[in-house]
Formats: sequence, C-alpha cells, structure tokens
Amino acid sequence: MSKIIAELLQPSCVLLNRTYENSEEIIQAVGAELYKAGFVKETFAQAAIEREKNLPTGLPLAGGLNAAIPHTEIEHVIKPALGLVTLTKEVNFQNMVSPSESVPVRMVFVLALEQPKAQIEMLQEIASVLQNPELVKRLLEATTFEKAIEELRQ
Amino acid sequence: MDTPKRILVACGTAIATSTVVAKGIEEILKERGIQVITRQCKASEVRSLAGDADLIVTTTPVPSDLGVPVIQTLAFLTGIGKEEVIEQIISELQK
Repeated sequence: MSKIIAELLQPSCVLLNRTYENSEEIIQAVGAELYKAGFVKETFAQAAIEREKNLPTGLPLAGGLNAAIPHTEIEHVIKPALGLVTLTKEVNFQNMVSPSESVPVRMVFVLALEQPKAQIEMLQEIASVLQNPELVKRLLEATTFEKAIEELRQ
Repeated sequence: MDTPKRILVACGTAIATSTVVAKGIEEILKERGIQVITRQCKASEVRSLAGDADLIVTTTPVPSDLGVPVIQTLAFLTGIGKEEVIEQIISELQK
C-alpha cells in the first residue's frame, strides 16, 4: 500500500501514456506542472535536468519495465510533492550507479523533496513500488489519475 | 559490547536515495543483531568523510582510492540482488 505516494501525487502532475523524445522533455513537463501547482520554484525543472546529467537516476527493475526518479536540491522546492509520468515508448535515462549505461525507462517519478528525514516513508514507498513488477505493470496500464491512485492504494 | 561499525551512505544529493539505503541497512542489520551507525552524504563529500567510516555504501560512483571498502549498489531501491548485497555488507563489517 502506497498511501503517502497517493496523497503526494498531484493530479495535474500525473502524465499518463505520454510520448516524449528524451529525459529533459519529461522533467521539463512535470517541472512546469509542479511549478504551476505551487510546489516548486521556477528553477526546479532546470536544476533537475542539470542534476540528471551529472548524477543520473535511471534504475533497471526486476520486471524489465524500468524507472527513473529525477530530483534535485531542496532549495528549489516549496513543499513536498510527486509527479508521475508513464511512457508509451521507452526513453533513455542513464544508470544511477553506472552512468555510462543507458536504461530504457517506461515510468518516471519526479520527486520534489523538501528535507531528507521527513520524507523517508514516501521514499520507502517508492522503493517498494519499484520492487513490485506487477504493480509497475498495472501503473503503466492505467489511463486515468483515479486508476493510477487506486492501484497505488491497493 | 563492540563499538558499532560506521557506514557512510552516499548518493547524489544526500536527500533521496541514500535515505532509503541508510534506513534499509539499519533495519536489516538490526534484525541480524548487528549495530551500525549510518551517516548520509553526497557523493562529492565522500572523500572528506571516508576517514571516519568502516564501510561506504553508495548508489552513485565514488572514487576507488578512499582506503575504505566501497559497495556500489541499487539493491535497496530496486530489490535486485538485495540478499547478496546484505551478505557482502555483513562480511565487510566482520573483517
């Protein structure tokens, strides 16, 4: 059960079954929505894009449907929130632990983190989603915000 | 009682992934009766903090000449190979 994720996901920042050409476009799109909704500063998207170049966040997952978790320094965040993008077509991110390797990704959680310890439960919930290939698959099949939230709450 | 071992847990910003890793290590080692002290840091801070650590666990690349054993792993995030990594951590701590 991913209660905290379900609460922190903003409807306008959940972009399902989208097509983007690259990781920058994805972070830009979610960053713009998070900014519009008042959760992050205007600098967030660019900062997360820059960080992704130097410290990438691609994660190969057990089910072969991989994910990335772009985020950036807390100074760009106003209050904690989450964005989620599911992709119809894989987009390459670089591997977090091995940045020279590309990871074709279908799901992206964009994390707007305000401070470390307070968000531990949310981060653990994200890790448990990533460790559940069946749930990842169902999230990729979800076409509405409500359906995605329902999957996360189960 | 033995002095708890010190594990430096590194990631890019020291706010997201290292939080999950540090918590994961603490919980699992506690279940096994092993006391550890974890400290989170950014990958860029590893060199200056390595001297105080018995082991470094990191999710992002760090230099290899730190004089402290380094385990690079995504297992606490993705679950892949987690058992092996836990055994590796325990074996490093017992050296």
